[in-house]
Amino acid sequence: MLSAGLKGAWEMLVSGDPVLYEIIFLTLKVSSLATMIALLIGLPLGVYLGLRSFPGRKFVVSVVNTLMGLPPVVAGLIVWMALSRYGPLGFLEIIYTPTAIVIAQVIIATPVVTGLTLAAIQQIDVRFQEQIRALGANQLQFLWVLVKEARYSLLAAVIAGFGAAISEVGAAMMVGGNIFGQTRVLTTAVVLEVSRGNYEVALALSFVLVFITYLITAALTSLQQKQYKWS
Amino acid sequence: MKKFLVGIIVVLALAFLISGDNESDILVLATTTSVQDSGLLDVIVPLYETETGITVKYIAVGSGQALELARRGEVDALLVHDPKGEEELAKEGYVVNRQRLMHNSMVIVGPSEDPAGVKEAESAIEAFMRIYETESLFVSRGDDSGTHRLEVSIWQASSITPEENYLSVGSGMGATLTIAGQKNAYALTDKATYLWLKDSLSLVILHEGSEELLNIYHVMQVNPERFELVNDEAGKGFVEFMLSAEIQELIGTFGVDLVGEPLFYPAAGGR
Repeated sequence: MLSAGLKGAWEMLVSGDPVLYEIIFLTLKVSSLATMIALLIGLPLGVYLGLRSFPGRKFVVSVVNTLMGLPPVVAGLIVWMALSRYGPLGFLEIIYTPTAIVIAQVIIATPVVTGLTLAAIQQIDVRFQEQIRALGANQLQFLWVLVKEARYSLLAAVIAGFGAAISEVGAAMMVGGNIFGQTRVLTTAVVLEVSRGNYEVALALSFVLVFITYLITAALTSLQQKQYKWS
Repeated sequence: MKKFLVGIIVVLALAFLISGDNESDILVLATTTSVQDSGLLDVIVPLYETETGITVKYIAVGSGQALELARRGEVDALLVHDPKGEEELAKEGYVVNRQRLMHNSMVIVGPSEDPAGVKEAESAIEAFMRIYETESLFVSRGDDSGTHRLEVSIWQASSITPEENYLSVGSGMGATLTIAGQKNAYALTDKATYLWLKDSLSLVILHEGSEELLNIYHVMQVNPERFELVNDEAGKGFVEFMLSAEIQELIGTFGVDLVGEPLFYPAAGGR
């Protein structure tokens, strides 16, 4: 059965089916954009939470950690309620568009990136931090050294964030609508093919999804491990 | 922290820019999973889009959710199969221009050994009673869809409240049939989905053709006078388009090459 799925996936890819490539392209566009936004929010937020202490910090950290496990379908429901025609953000007119999926995925991936960044920064020895300061580093240099020190863990945060975004299906279904040619991504396509009883097609699409995720994760991993050799 | 918030807003604003559709050229249509799974709209919608230049967003959900979306003015048109619920919606003024579009028949499927003797039943109600009395397993959609509502109305007509040997799975038709097949259970299904999935199931049709099992689809507009954001013209145009001779003929032939008989029968104009 697995080999049939692999074979199906390979045949789909080489056949150059424009519909399939459109779905792949949209999936990549949406999930990588969502990951980038999640990084822009989550990295600084995680570093901030990892270094500063302020009243209520513990509470914020526990909220972030809880949100790391936020079910995508809950994120989807909240985004749907907000973006629906008569919802508070309905005037933006972006429900059932790829943008809506991006927003939902940002909400799903940001806590993952934030939480893992926070953990990465906190792993760095406090004495090491004091040492950098003692050597006369300004704030920017200080942060740069910290980020470099934590780079392996931070790349893990990137990989996990991307994985959370590209693999979710509940939110993409709800706020995107799984519309053919507009908002159908790989995960929602799999769900549809299963409900149509096309198990082989669904399996092949799953392999395509896993393969793409593998390629991107492998690229990030090689970046992670290459730096390892240098140090 | 302030800079940080500004950053978030800028990024989100950039994200919004990637969607550039003009809302007046969009028709949001809520339809049922049974219609989507059949693939009928994948054929019809592109024809409508080329003819009118309007982009159709069709959302496949259970009939219950579709009706609720109309009640909230979130969609412009409906293509559903829950006549009772639709009539209520029309009476309350949420939908207008409701037209009969097509029909097919629901069927009762089950294991070929047919332990409950559904084959001998003369009506759907009797079939359900036989399933209940022989304590055979029945798998229900349980998702407030049109199919589920029809099933509930048949149970009600037979004055039975099934509790034991009754699985409410809360899933679409395809998933429900798969579960029924795996468990050698009975289920009520639309014929289209069954024919579509037949090869991957171990279920056979045991009862069909009785009057209670007629599955009627209507197409209608959400009332634009009630919701200012509802696209009046596109909704009206879509209803007209679906009733046109060209589309009615297409509906009558759709699926013949795939499963040997039409998945839906055109029914425009009738009541």
